[in-house]
Amino acid sequence: MIVTSTNHRFRKFKSLAMNGLCVVCAFLVILPLAVILFYLIQKGASSLNLAFFTGVPKPAGSVGGGMGNAIVGTLELLVLASCVGVPVGVLGGIYLSEYGGERLNSWIRFWADVLNGVPSIVWGMVAYALVVLPMKGFSAWAGGLALGFIMVPLVLRTTEEVLVLVPRSYREAALALGLPQWKTIVRIVLPTALRGIITGILLAMGRVAGETAPLLFTAFGNSNWNRHLAEPIAALPLQIFSYAIAPYDDWNRQAWAGALVLVALTFCLSLGVRLFSRGRFQKNT
Amino acid sequence: MNLTMTPEEIKTAPGRNVEQPKAAASKPENRTAPAPGAAAARPFSALSVKNLSVFFAKNQVLKSVSIEIQAQAVTAIIGPSGCGKSTFLRALNRMHELIPTARVEGDIRLFGQDIYGKDVEPVIVRRRVGMVFQKSNPFPTMSIGENVTVGLRLNGVRNRAMLMEQTEKSLRMAALWDEVKDRLNAPAVSLSGGQQQRLCIARALAVQPEVLLMDEPASALDPLATSKIEDLIRELKKDYTIVIVTHNMQQAARASDHTAFFYMGELVEFGATPQIFTAPKEKRTEDYVTGRFG
Amino acid sequence: MDLDELKKKLLTMASHAETAVNEALRALIERDYELALRVKENDNVIDQLEVEIDDMAIHLLAKAPLASDLRLVTVAMKISQNLERVGDEATKIAKRARDLSQEPPVKVVVDLPRMAKLALDMLKAALDAFVNRDPIAARALIPRDKEVDGINKQVTNQLAQYMVENPDTIKRCLNLITVSRSLERIADHATNVAEEVVYLYEALDIRHTGKTGLVAKGNV
Repeated sequence: MIVTSTNHRFRKFKSLAMNGLCVVCAFLVILPLAVILFYLIQKGASSLNLAFFTGVPKPAGSVGGGMGNAIVGTLELLVLASCVGVPVGVLGGIYLSEYGGERLNSWIRFWADVLNGVPSIVWGMVAYALVVLPMKGFSAWAGGLALGFIMVPLVLRTTEEVLVLVPRSYREAALALGLPQWKTIVRIVLPTALRGIITGILLAMGRVAGETAPLLFTAFGNSNWNRHLAEPIAALPLQIFSYAIAPYDDWNRQAWAGALVLVALTFCLSLGVRLFSRGRFQKNT
Repeated sequence: MNLTMTPEEIKTAPGRNVEQPKAAASKPENRTAPAPGAAAARPFSALSVKNLSVFFAKNQVLKSVSIEIQAQAVTAIIGPSGCGKSTFLRALNRMHELIPTARVEGDIRLFGQDIYGKDVEPVIVRRRVGMVFQKSNPFPTMSIGENVTVGLRLNGVRNRAMLMEQTEKSLRMAALWDEVKDRLNAPAVSLSGGQQQRLCIARALAVQPEVLLMDEPASALDPLATSKIEDLIRELKKDYTIVIVTHNMQQAARASDHTAFFYMGELVEFGATPQIFTAPKEKRTEDYVTGRFG
Repeated sequence: MDLDELKKKLLTMASHAETAVNEALRALIERDYELALRVKENDNVIDQLEVEIDDMAIHLLAKAPLASDLRLVTVAMKISQNLERVGDEATKIAKRARDLSQEPPVKVVVDLPRMAKLALDMLKAALDAFVNRDPIAARALIPRDKEVDGINKQVTNQLAQYMVENPDTIKRCLNLITVSRSLERIADHATNVAEEVVYLYEALDIRHTGKTGLVAKGNV
């Protein structure tokens, strides 16, 4: 086949066109993110002050106050959610990867994927039925539990995937040294996969930090500091929700600030993920 | 070390099994007394295998193999791919128990003790029968020194002096000490391929096994590293029993005392290495060794 | 495969050696001066073949052959050495034939023709055993060496005695003694080839056992 010059020019053009298309698409992906960040900073940065981080909501109509309780509340809920999500998810992931039969494991994985797709409000309803009704009141426990439910299948799948990536030969080498299986898992396999597991946990936390619907009728929100966990508790998404639809300008502005803080929180978690991806003995990946 | 000892008893038990016979040169009428420190004067079986069969689900991978592995000698296992050599090796330290569909039948005795006995724990067997794998696999989260002592530390040995001593001893035995003595805290994965494999050998030796199983230990290495491993094997056989699976016949010819040829799950021929490679008795052995198949 | 080439070359060398001995003896019996000269010239071919076979063998050894392939290479080197010496002995016979053809024949009855036939047969049998992969035939020819040795002794004694009684035949008798000794050596080389053939096909080293194959076990 003879390569003519017209042939050549056409192919060059085609190549450039495709390259250009890819660049445009990449740009289109980043564009909304850039727009959101820009908007958030423009609208919300002005409301960020010390009072915002330390104060509590003032009564409707008054100017001032802050979302300190909501920020702390979100953090508390994350901790509670992790207490549920991390042990169940990690241990479940260990079971799937290291033990279990073929058929049972594929069923567990299937159901975990199904649960991943359950709308978060449904988890809120489950927590409502399990905790709010018996306790006859909204609480941090309920909110933490609902968020924990969401975390479990996420952490389970990421843990399992990371453990499966640990080469079989490490397990065999450890067993060949005469170590029992549980010790092999705890002292050899888990440390090797630790970074990946923590990454999975942080990702799950980032995901649930922004969940609003399940908290609507579990944590419920609080206009003051939460004093103990059996009380309703404020959370950033809830607070943003109620401020954003309110008719008060000050509250609207504070909603933007809250959204900015929430995005910043998620950003920090992602940064943590990146930092954890480089371990003690690994080069930059 | 008894196969039925509990882990605690093993921690405090003395070194390796002292049942092995020393040179029988104490009789005055023995004119050809061996030099001091020479290997046992008469051949002694370290591993006695009788009618070993291994099944994976319905598939029979090893067919009634019987063989005597001599102590303080190197036995090579050769054969084409899929003939069952690795399966045989793994039966010797009960590694098949990790696979749910595997079934092992037959009798394997380590210095007279049945390793598949009812009250024998696989963990104990694996401390007496160590294994080195084809691709070196030092634990990536640990340093060089930590890798060597991992078997001891995770079995409860805490005495730092003893750990240090064992580190040096094992690394010397693996001919690696001089190269790494100044950087024991460096990550294990920073070593070259050949060094990593010797590190894995040191790691296996640190728990003081009696038998060392090697599954194609040099197949992933360059010729210089391979030759170092072969020299190492020749040194180690003075104190250990070594069984090495290899698909490299020249390596088997260079490094081993006895050779077993496996084909399609059967032990076809077993004999002294020089005899197997210059004048094999079975036609299948002859055909394999001259490269007519496999 | 290169091993086949090695074998082919060895067989070529064998046929040259056989021919050399044949022609040397014919030159002797028929008192053919020209033929004797030709034998001497053709020895170069045999020498060259030995060099080529050794070279081929070394290259093959570098490929680390095993079992019967390994034995073939080492046996080929040994047989080629023996065949080269056979060629040399044939040349010696040819030289004596050349000298003897220039003088009148000696009037003594010695069993040289029978000895020649025996030696030739032994050589041919050894080479056939190699070609036909027949170690049993190889073993069978080894005892005949004693017979050839016996005739050599007998011929030497007869000629020695004749020489003493007829001093004018000394030079011719000495030539004949040399011929007898060469034939005895050819028989020895044939025996060596037979032993190598047994080693190749039975993996048994029967050299220096004095019997046809018991006792010595090759490779321990």
